[in-house]
Amino acid sequence: MPVAFSQGFTPHPKISYASAAPTGVASEAEYLEIGLREPVDPAALRAALDAALSPGLDVLDAVVATGGGLAERIEASRWRIELPQVEPELLAKAVAAFSAAEQVQVERMTKQGRRVFDARGAVITIDVSASSVTPSGASAVPCAILELVVRQVTPSVRPDDVLSGLRVVAGLEPPVAPKVIRLAQGTLTTQGAIVDPLDADRDGATIGGH
Amino acid sequence: MAPGPVGGRVPLGIMSVPSTTPRPVAANSVWPRLEPLLPQVTKPIQYVGGELGAVVKDWDAATVRWALMYPDAYEVGLPNQGVQILYEVLNELPDTLAERTYAVWPDLEKLMRAHGVPQFTVDAHRPVRDFDLFGVSFATELGYTNLLTAIDLAGIPLLAADRTDADPVIVAGGHAAFNPEPIADFVDAAVLGDGEEAVLEITSIVRQWKAEGCPGGRDELLLRLARTESVYVPRFYDVDYLPDGRIQRVVPNRADVPFRVHKRTTMDLDAWPYPKKPLVPLAETVHERYAVEIFRGCTRGCRFCQAGMITRPVRERSITTVGQMVQQGLEFSGFHEVGLLSLSSADHSEIGDMCSGLAEQYQGTNVSLSLPSTRVDAFNIDLAQELSRNGRRTGLTFAPEGGSERIRKVINKMVSKDDLIRTVVTAYTNGWRQVKLYFMCGLPTETDEDVLEIADMAHEVIRAGRAATGSKDIRCTVSIGGFVPKPHTPFQWASMERPEVIDGRLRLLKQAINADRSLGRAIGFRYHDGEPSLIEGLLSRGDRRVGAVIRRVWENGGRFDGWSEHFSYQRWVQAAAEVLPGFGVDLDWYTTRERDELEVLPWDHLDSGLDKDWLWQDWQDALSEYEQDDCRWTPCFDCGVCPAMDTEIQIGPTGQKLLPLTPVNGLKLPTGAQQ
Repeated sequence: MPVAFSQGFTPHPKISYASAAPTGVASEAEYLEIGLREPVDPAALRAALDAALSPGLDVLDAVVATGGGLAERIEASRWRIELPQVEPELLAKAVAAFSAAEQVQVERMTKQGRRVFDARGAVITIDVSASSVTPSGASAVPCAILELVVRQVTPSVRPDDVLSGLRVVAGLEPPVAPKVIRLAQGTLTTQGAIVDPLDADRDGATIGGH
Repeated sequence: MAPGPVGGRVPLGIMSVPSTTPRPVAANSVWPRLEPLLPQVTKPIQYVGGELGAVVKDWDAATVRWALMYPDAYEVGLPNQGVQILYEVLNELPDTLAERTYAVWPDLEKLMRAHGVPQFTVDAHRPVRDFDLFGVSFATELGYTNLLTAIDLAGIPLLAADRTDADPVIVAGGHAAFNPEPIADFVDAAVLGDGEEAVLEITSIVRQWKAEGCPGGRDELLLRLARTESVYVPRFYDVDYLPDGRIQRVVPNRADVPFRVHKRTTMDLDAWPYPKKPLVPLAETVHERYAVEIFRGCTRGCRFCQAGMITRPVRERSITTVGQMVQQGLEFSGFHEVGLLSLSSADHSEIGDMCSGLAEQYQGTNVSLSLPSTRVDAFNIDLAQELSRNGRRTGLTFAPEGGSERIRKVINKMVSKDDLIRTVVTAYTNGWRQVKLYFMCGLPTETDEDVLEIADMAHEVIRAGRAATGSKDIRCTVSIGGFVPKPHTPFQWASMERPEVIDGRLRLLKQAINADRSLGRAIGFRYHDGEPSLIEGLLSRGDRRVGAVIRRVWENGGRFDGWSEHFSYQRWVQAAAEVLPGFGVDLDWYTTRERDELEVLPWDHLDSGLDKDWLWQDWQDALSEYEQDDCRWTPCFDCGVCPAMDTEIQIGPTGQKLLPLTPVNGLKLPTGAQQ
């Protein structure tokens, strides 16, 4: 790949990641920008990158950016959080308390030390999924599923911050580690839907080199 | 699409949406049990595998299966050349598979124990115990406790004697395997010397034995390996001791097992151009570069250097093979850095043409070339100049090793003080602002004065550098390593200095460097404490009785002894004090005691090719400060290796030159990256 490099004593390849998912979190929607030295067929680029990356890290599409940075097109993320051994009803109560609050102060250790910030304001929607599992038989294990749409803000509000918020407002303590998946990222419509940030460039005639 | 200027921003978006090809999970994979643990540990990416260059083969289609381990953390283990080469050589065989495993950090170890997850390979996350062979490469003895963790986590009995046909055969390799006696109770076999052909021979023995229906079980397999005379199987040898604790003799306890086991030597490195498909790590590692070994072996004859002694004779890779390996290695991996490695790279017979040829080929690209520079002469600076054509200066390190002229004669490092100062000043006048000087402390016959001369040398370097450049903006770093006497070297008989003495000398040296404040400010000082060296000395010259100390340390929590934040001197001293008196010996007996000529050394039955009489003579020469030349340029001095191993020096020049590269157009798809 003819990657462009920064100038200077120690040139770095021009690659930037837009709001990367935190470590330990699964994702179905990560985006990055690559600066190139010369034009390249996006389909060929996608195939070459995909071949070099690990199984499970799949590069699904590449488009030529016609204007505007990726960062400006990522306004929000949709997340799904599976909470094994948590009763959906319990989660629903916690979610109701969280939604009702104006602000929910949480704290997180960052590289700069302990930070306290509001985890509520950035949350656009927070719902208990209908696919949550309520135990029916004696042996069945419950699994509550939380669905979130969170606005991209600074400092970023991550799924674990929302879980901290649920602990703060309702004392919700998941007994086992939650499974977090990012489902989508992009611009936010007034209806609260997330639009693929590459859509704007896909309308052009340059996809796949015609 | 509008192409931007070179280096300008021509952005492209890459997007990832729901995965249609989930990661394939092998039938015996522990991944489903491991994955939930990963969010709870530091740097989980190191346990995930799937690097470019990694290979996952069908388990059932393979006849012989190897798990290969470098017994340190992934960040240190992944770049290891030895493991990468064997991994590739083995996986090229159609009926053989090789996967890698590294030491897990204590946080994951604890969770694996709590959740019953065994030691696993990073490639297909298969349990190490499922493999036929478990090969462990030891660059240093400080990895021994990590070996025990891996064996135990794998669910394999700690002691070789307790293993059954259900357990893999554990094979040790690497430089430390030239004295595997301290781990003799824990490994089933050890291979001395070059691994490329050794692993193929072992593989064919295992293949044949399995094809016959595994006759005689594990014992028969080990016997077949031992009969090659190049695989050491400790259980087939008994060690008898004298009343004073010294070894009386080491003898085979089985018929048709050889009295001595010989090292392997791979000749014609051009026929073994590995690694071809270097592993590209996903996590940060200590080296991220394409490393090519430009020659193996060294006959400079530095008396402390085990690597130089046990890898003889010198075998060069030709300039054209090196050029081709660099081209293909970079193309496959996308690395931007190339390291031209060997024990003394400036000594390659065609190093000048090699450096200028590569510099020419990669001029104007982002590829940087580096040479581990330790030779103290202006030629090294010429080479470094060539390699920095792309604008990136690599660091310059010179290794006089000893502070005084006298001690340099003892260690056979033929460099004068004037040479050093002239060389470093040349570096300063050619634009280097900083150089690193490497020395050792604790060398045989060393006095405080020998070490204090390092300060004089550093002062003079700065003084001369300032005079020559007219600038105060020059620096040097004095870096001190602790001397550890190693088996198969002329210093194998030497006594070690006590850590207090070493630490005292280093304190005096620091004071002496800073005695002149103006000069002292321009000199950095880095050193290692004496304590870890003493323990390394125990392990490197230990015998089978030291195995009990390793085990005790490990049981008391010893892990990652090569890491200062994990190493505990106290733990080793205490374990030695608990265990060794039972054998009538102690820690001092192994470390600070000088051996005499006739003492049977624990590794005498392991043949590195070096003639023991020659080693003893070289030790006597060291004590009388008599230097020994290099047999590449002066007549053979009868170290014994070539006749004993039926080998010879293989050096150029070939007279070939590197041709300009034809630019490759279009995107390249890595081939055979994942199966």
